[in-house]
Amino acid sequence: MGKTLAEKVWEAHVVSRADGEPDLLYIDLHLVHEVTSPQAFDALRSAGRVVRRPDLTLATEDHNVPTIDIDKPIADPISRAQVEALRKNCAEFGVPLFPLGSEDQGIVHVVGPQLGLTQPGMTVVCGDSHTSTHGAFGALAFGIGTSEVEHVLATQTLPLKPFKTMAITINGPLPEGVTAKDLILAVIAQIGTGGGQGYVLEYRGEGVEGLSMEGRMTLCNMSIEAGARAGMVAPDDTTFDYLQGRPHAPQGADWDAAVAYWKTLRTDADARFDAEVVIEASELSPFVTWGTNPGQGVPLAGVVPSPDDAADEVERVAIERALEYMALTPGTPIREIPVDTVFVGSCTNGRIEDLRAAASILEGRKVADGVRMLVVPGSVKVRLQAISEGLDRVFIDAGAEWREAGCSMCLAMNPDKLTPGERSASTSNRNFEGRQGPGGRTHLVSPQVAAATAVTGHFASPADLA
Amino acid sequence: MEAFTVHTGTAAPLRRSNVDTDQIIPAEYLKRITRHGFEDGLFSAWRSDPDFVLNQPEYAGVSVLVAGPDFGTGSSREHAVWALQDYGFTVVISSRFADIFRGNSGKAGLLTALVDQETVERLWALIEADPTTAVTVDLEAQTVSAGDLVASFDVDPYVRWRLLQGLDDIGITLQKEDAIATFESSRPAYSPTTIG
Ligand code: SF4
Repeated sequence: MGKTLAEKVWEAHVVSRADGEPDLLYIDLHLVHEVTSPQAFDALRSAGRVVRRPDLTLATEDHNVPTIDIDKPIADPISRAQVEALRKNCAEFGVPLFPLGSEDQGIVHVVGPQLGLTQPGMTVVCGDSHTSTHGAFGALAFGIGTSEVEHVLATQTLPLKPFKTMAITINGPLPEGVTAKDLILAVIAQIGTGGGQGYVLEYRGEGVEGLSMEGRMTLCNMSIEAGARAGMVAPDDTTFDYLQGRPHAPQGADWDAAVAYWKTLRTDADARFDAEVVIEASELSPFVTWGTNPGQGVPLAGVVPSPDDAADEVERVAIERALEYMALTPGTPIREIPVDTVFVGSCTNGRIEDLRAAASILEGRKVADGVRMLVVPGSVKVRLQAISEGLDRVFIDAGAEWREAGCSMCLAMNPDKLTPGERSASTSNRNFEGRQGPGGRTHLVSPQVAAATAVTGHFASPADLA
Repeated sequence: MEAFTVHTGTAAPLRRSNVDTDQIIPAEYLKRITRHGFEDGLFSAWRSDPDFVLNQPEYAGVSVLVAGPDFGTGSSREHAVWALQDYGFTVVISSRFADIFRGNSGKAGLLTALVDQETVERLWALIEADPTTAVTVDLEAQTVSAGDLVASFDVDPYVRWRLLQGLDDIGITLQKEDAIATFESSRPAYSPTTIG
């Protein structure tokens, strides 16, 4: 029987296998940031261990860093301590680090791909659940806990039980105005926030093949919000074109050898998935979440659901609770909900194409009165690219705040937060209670919808602005 | 990790059931950046109470905790295990442990000895009557003894093996270092590195 893409990558990384034991899997790339690594380094130190492969490890500062006044000391003592600990640990253990102020600093899941470090067929881990982003390249990439971070630092391997596989096939091309973000929100609304539990999702079909690498990253990024360990897209010419010429991509004869191997990384015709989901692209439209988990979403043209729509008692209670937290009334058209803040950024939608999309809508327009808009590039490189294209002027002229790179309002570990009761349209990935600040109310959207919403002051798509 | 064969020490009675991980160590201690020094957070809500058992001078220096049923319920935080170890506990005895807590304990080298509730009651009586009572936990024989009490305890066989060998997860993997090195030597030349 043939193999799926995920199984091929897995098999190529088995260091040892024995009956009754998990496989020991080799890790090609270990990404590190300041929040989940300090205890791992501390434990290594007290056990007298070293980092086995600093040259397969890369650290960046992202979760805690401020996005203004980055030349001043970090004000919050806990954030500062975590950042300082990372610097000290990287120096002591020889791990390369992109600190605040470096040209390569940025969100860990933006930095790896832009350097060409994330490549097809690799195993990539990070102490962060959105590591699934890197699966866009046909890599097996997943988030790990702090003790696993320590394990990878010390051994460059992880003992793991195989994941199950799920195919998510998108038939037909995405309609005009529908983005990768709308697609993944629709997938999660369909399979549920627990629907992917224990699975690696492989996104396939015309609707996925037509996406750019950045769109594929957006898609894979949110696999975790469906409960999945990882998401993957088979590498193709789009992948190879994106990688060629990047700083860490292979060159010359190495490039040819790599591409020849990467081309074998497709699910065999006779391979079997443990589960399959099919979505017709023609049925998709811009999506907005109304509730407090990423599965609670509806089309922009829809209305806030009612507890009476629930399939069972558990769901009824969940809807009631979400409506109360979000201060929404059932039946309200999504387009009529006003917002206070618009956030464009994060490892889901903080790349150059996202900024271009938002800027193209804001060009010649203004952010509505009373609405605050934050545009936070995913990395310094993205920021510099945007400036070279004049996008910063578009944002500033429209009345948005143009910030430095980092996670920012995605999780509000830095000063960028919602105040209690504030409502946001956000391009990030989690709308949990308090995720963007205590009492904050988050609606997840694409950069296109975010920008149009900033202009009108309530949820809107670019088509509404005509 | 140090190998665990036989441990003898004094014990503290924790006459409470359903002690959850928030009670073992509250969330505010999770912001720390070190792997050690969590002893000050252990049972922090109760430590301000002068009557709390660990505040009694006769229970200073204990290394065995005898707890009520359902110890360690709640979150998966490994800090709960670290806090117990940092305080000086080597063994926790109870008639029921939460699964995740028990798993985390095994990984970190804290022995969770599962006994019947009757044994817990007898141990409580003994160590309350005389706090200097020595409690001996023999992992090889899987027995706990104190005074004239000898009782057997349950422990996951794999965890028992690891503790007897003194191997943590990393130690176990490093036993396969040859296989890792062999795998590394066969990685393709184009595999990227982060340096240079
Ligand atoms: S942008 Fe948000 S989701 Fe992504 S790594 Fe940062 S905090 Fe996590």
